[in-house]
Amino acid sequence: MKVDLKKLSILVFALFFSSGMLSAQGHGQEHSSGDASHEEQDSHGPEAGHDSDLAHSYCGGHEEDGEYNPVNTVMDHIADANEFHVWKGVHLPLPVILYAPDHGWTTGLSSMFDHGHKAVDGYVLNHGRVNRVADPFFPKGEVHIDGILRRTETVEKDGKAEEKDVYYACLEGELYKLDKPSTVDGGFLGGGITSFYDFSITKNVFGMIIASLLLIWLFTSVARGYKKNEGKAPSGVQSFMEVFFVFIRDEVTKPMIGEKHYERFQPFIMTLFFFIMFINLLGLVPFFPGGANITGNLAVTLTLAVFTFIVTNINGKKDYWEHIFWMPGIPAWVKIILTPVEVLSLFIKPFSLMIRLFANISAGHIIILSLIGLVFLFGNNGQNVGGAAGGAIIGGLFTAFMNLIELLVALLQAFIFAILSASYIGAAVEEHEHHHEGAH
Amino acid sequence: MGAIGAGIAALGAGVGIGLIGSRAMEAIARQPEAVGDIRNNMILTAALVEGAALFAIVVGLLAG
Repeated sequence: MKVDLKKLSILVFALFFSSGMLSAQGHGQEHSSGDASHEEQDSHGPEAGHDSDLAHSYCGGHEEDGEYNPVNTVMDHIADANEFHVWKGVHLPLPVILYAPDHGWTTGLSSMFDHGHKAVDGYVLNHGRVNRVADPFFPKGEVHIDGILRRTETVEKDGKAEEKDVYYACLEGELYKLDKPSTVDGGFLGGGITSFYDFSITKNVFGMIIASLLLIWLFTSVARGYKKNEGKAPSGVQSFMEVFFVFIRDEVTKPMIGEKHYERFQPFIMTLFFFIMFINLLGLVPFFPGGANITGNLAVTLTLAVFTFIVTNINGKKDYWEHIFWMPGIPAWVKIILTPVEVLSLFIKPFSLMIRLFANISAGHIIILSLIGLVFLFGNNGQNVGGAAGGAIIGGLFTAFMNLIELLVALLQAFIFAILSASYIGAAVEEHEHHHEGAH
Repeated sequence: MGAIGAGIAALGAGVGIGLIGSRAMEAIARQPEAVGDIRNNMILTAALVEGAALFAIVVGLLAG
């Protein structure tokens, strides 16, 4: 059984690696041509009159070459998606579970949208993300659509003109405006809570499931090793992982939480550390099971930070709350100033955990994607082969360098999240013995 | 504007983390046996400084 598992894992990894080589060749081309055929930028501005007139002039012309827009390409790649792009033309369909208050549930596989050529119950797939047609007159059920069109529109907001990308679905010569995708990340990557709720197993959720399965597989075998080698030296993968366990215990939990309480929080801190480390490392793998920007998604880091917040405050001792609401040993007027600050810091701590992890990982992904984008930028969208080659050399070298830095960041951010969580928990469970007998 | 803001934020964080690093090096030179504690606290403080800079960078990204 054990040998079988080993062989299987080697086979699976070999498969992933070979598929990665294939995808590295096809990936960029597919995307640049895909962008060109599906996006057209209209800079004519707001004199857009009748929708049908526009549709006649824009829906037909999908074969035209569009401009390569590095910002949009990068944002598409770091955003979550409802299908997993494996390599050129091959997508892994993922389950979609959608709910709209005025329509009810819609479920199925993301392949039912046919990569943006079909609308189901008013939902379309736009750059891998499910969007909903805002128009209530859009036909329900499965409809073939002519495509999705992007236009840059100038929107008046607070007296200032802002340029915004608006997407339209083309159906029988008419344009229907699309709602934004539905996310809980506060609309940071072009989403927000819109007219529907998206409970789908997205690319990020799929990535987290893969990471969890890997963790379960790894840790059950390590746990079996501890049972088998009780009182003996560790063996196999167990001896590799023991370095991490001892490191977390001696460098993170023991000094931060204290000798007395650290054992209670060891599992929580280790779960945080290994889960974040695994999804960070999976995010660095540029091909199929990896490549999802999971910790670079605010909703994911928000959930992790909320766990730390709950664990910290549930375990808060009397001293902890006293130090927040009525700090001992200082004059009363200072207490009045200090209490709001302390109460705010209660929320700022997990908030900064959330932002730190999100921004670090997102920044890494954006830098790598921008460097790869140099190939298409210098190559003038496929018209300048010499420029593309130059871009590939510069971009490739810097990407290799950035990937090494990101490898460090992936481990460091997991460590920082764990050590900061441990220090917050440590502050909550700390008991002061002396401060009651007159401070200082 | 966003790019300028992000640049200034990176500048501030760079100065801050540089100071932490230089003082940590001095501390390690004075007390080489405390290197473990110093390293941990250095990373922790650097993470806090970096957090402030990342807030600014996120705001810069949002501002476009």
